[in-house]
Amino acid sequence: MLEVKNLHVTVDGKQILKGLDLTVNKGEVHAIMGPNGSGKSTLAYVMAGKPGYEATEGQILLDGEDILAMQSDERAAKGLFLAFQYPLEIPGVATMTFLRTALNAQRKKRGEPELSTPEFLKLVREAAAKLEIDMEMLRRGVNVGFSGGEKKRNEILQMALLQPRLCVLDETDSGLDIDALKIVSDGVNRLRSPDRAMVVITHYQRLLDHIVPDVVHVLSAGRIVKTGGKELALELEASGYAQFQGEAALAP
Amino acid sequence: MNAEVRQIKTNAELALAQAYSAEKARLPGDRKVVALRDAAAARFDALGLPHRRVEEWKYTDLRALIREAKPIAGAPNAAGKARAKDAGKVIGDMDARRVVFVDGTFVPELSDLANLSPGLTIRSMAQALAEGDALVADRLGKVMPADGEGVIALNTALMRDGAVIHVAKGATLERPIHLVFAATGDKAASVFTRSLVVIEQGARAMVVESHDASAGHQVNTALELVVGDNAHVDHIKITSGPSDLVHVSSLMAAIGANARFNDFAFNIGGGVVRNQTFVRFDGEGTHAGLRGASLLKGKQHIDSTLVVDHQAGGCQSREVFAAVLDDESRGVFQGKIVVRQRAQKTDARMMTRALLLSDEAEADNKPELEIFADDVQCGHGATSGALDEGLKFYLMARGIPEPEAEALLVQAFVGEAIEGIEHAGLRDALMEQVVGWLRSRGS
Repeated sequence: MLEVKNLHVTVDGKQILKGLDLTVNKGEVHAIMGPNGSGKSTLAYVMAGKPGYEATEGQILLDGEDILAMQSDERAAKGLFLAFQYPLEIPGVATMTFLRTALNAQRKKRGEPELSTPEFLKLVREAAAKLEIDMEMLRRGVNVGFSGGEKKRNEILQMALLQPRLCVLDETDSGLDIDALKIVSDGVNRLRSPDRAMVVITHYQRLLDHIVPDVVHVLSAGRIVKTGGKELALELEASGYAQFQGEAALAP
Repeated sequence: MNAEVRQIKTNAELALAQAYSAEKARLPGDRKVVALRDAAAARFDALGLPHRRVEEWKYTDLRALIREAKPIAGAPNAAGKARAKDAGKVIGDMDARRVVFVDGTFVPELSDLANLSPGLTIRSMAQALAEGDALVADRLGKVMPADGEGVIALNTALMRDGAVIHVAKGATLERPIHLVFAATGDKAASVFTRSLVVIEQGARAMVVESHDASAGHQVNTALELVVGDNAHVDHIKITSGPSDLVHVSSLMAAIGANARFNDFAFNIGGGVVRNQTFVRFDGEGTHAGLRGASLLKGKQHIDSTLVVDHQAGGCQSREVFAAVLDDESRGVFQGKIVVRQRAQKTDARMMTRALLLSDEAEADNKPELEIFADDVQCGHGATSGALDEGLKFYLMARGIPEPEAEALLVQAFVGEAIEGIEHAGLRDALMEQVVGWLRSRGS
């Protein structure tokens, strides 16, 4: 489903990703772990098309189609979803308006009919209940006055409603206490399906106790330096990232 | 008295002085009104049109903007009246009592003056002036001294018609009053309207003014407003029109004690629009909200100028103005808060925000505080900037195309100011206008 080939990315003229390769198949959950500054968030942002993140070389193929030339909204309509590490606050835009506009924009682009108000409300109500989100909160501005945990739950709510085929979760566990981590991970696990792939970016192994990956990659200095099974995460937890930083330094 | 050497009069100033001499005999009013007009005409003769060397007008040089004065508007013909039937649609389906003025003249057949609720009086200014109406004789031109304002002097000299509204002590108006000012004449003309609204003690009223024009008219409109002690008044002014319209508006409001006053100015058209608002707090314990939102494109120039004079203590004023500027438009905000020495415990806050959608747009902000009391809370803030790229990316990452993402953010920006309007139906109607404006921007 996702093939990243020889990806080089610069931000503010500085090269962050230096030839990254990654293949994720349908139904798989891949974790990307790595030390701070290794390029984890850059990978997430360049996939979603954030301005200022320039791919100078390589490809990102979603079902064989290079998405690098597409606008962010087109990528989303193709089924890509990024759960933000720091979800933004948008005062004056009610979450309900935001969700409905996003959902209908994607449907329109895919040639599907827009949802009626009752259909939409039913979907939101069900999804919000599972994530323990109060409907009243969704009438307020997007993420305005939300706690860190509420913002992350709101990201997963969006993911549940938009039903993407490829989910990229950027440090979804940051700022979450144990209870919130459980709610968020359960929300993510409910979305696991044979037709959907996930890329879970995290610094800590803790999240992977809840969202158990099929494959774990270690990202260091802009490249994947090691790939293994879920046990690799535990290994890292015990030994730290120092060894890989050495490996990356040796690479040409 | 004035040592300043007067410039040679411009053609427009000469034409306006001539227009006064020619029209004088036909303008409504008894001998006292004629004396008032003559004095105002003499003042205009001395002051002329305001220009950039007059501090309050430095960003809006009316002398340069009005090269040629348009002829004074005559009484509207049948076609003009027919066109005015649809005027004022901007308020949506809000139920309101319509009082319609076409080319500055009251049109009874388009107005709804039947079954006025107890305590409410509405009449035309022309009729009130002609008949020596006591309220007009008592109040007109006296709510706020405006000797230094050339445009107000000109308005007093040439005022033809407008609304005179009186709401008696303790009366509550269930239906808002909608003053519809439609300049529908085919040929560009000068239109002078003057209104007087007196809301007595403990009364409750909402007055909406909508101004629209069909051509490059020169509109000079003024409203004197008296808000009595413990009264609660909402005043909303909506201005639209073509890009060659020049619209100058003066609101002069005197507010009593323990009153509530909510003022909102919504600007969505016109080539040059100047809204000047003078508010004076005469009694203690009053809360006033003075807000506005402007949407500008092309080469539009909209100037919101505000002078808030806290003469009595313990009052609260909130000023919030938002402007969205596209293309080569220019938005001006000048806000001055004066706190007199006896106005202790004043709480005044002013905030202006400009959203620039184009590199060529310009926002000028001039906040001023003049504080003579020592126990007060006053503050002002101003921001201007482009749309937040981070927010736009967040919306687009959820599948919302760029134009829609921008529209959502602009709506949010304007919506925050429009929240200041208490009437939900009117809020929705104005948001509809914003959506329409954004749609026309995209096309």
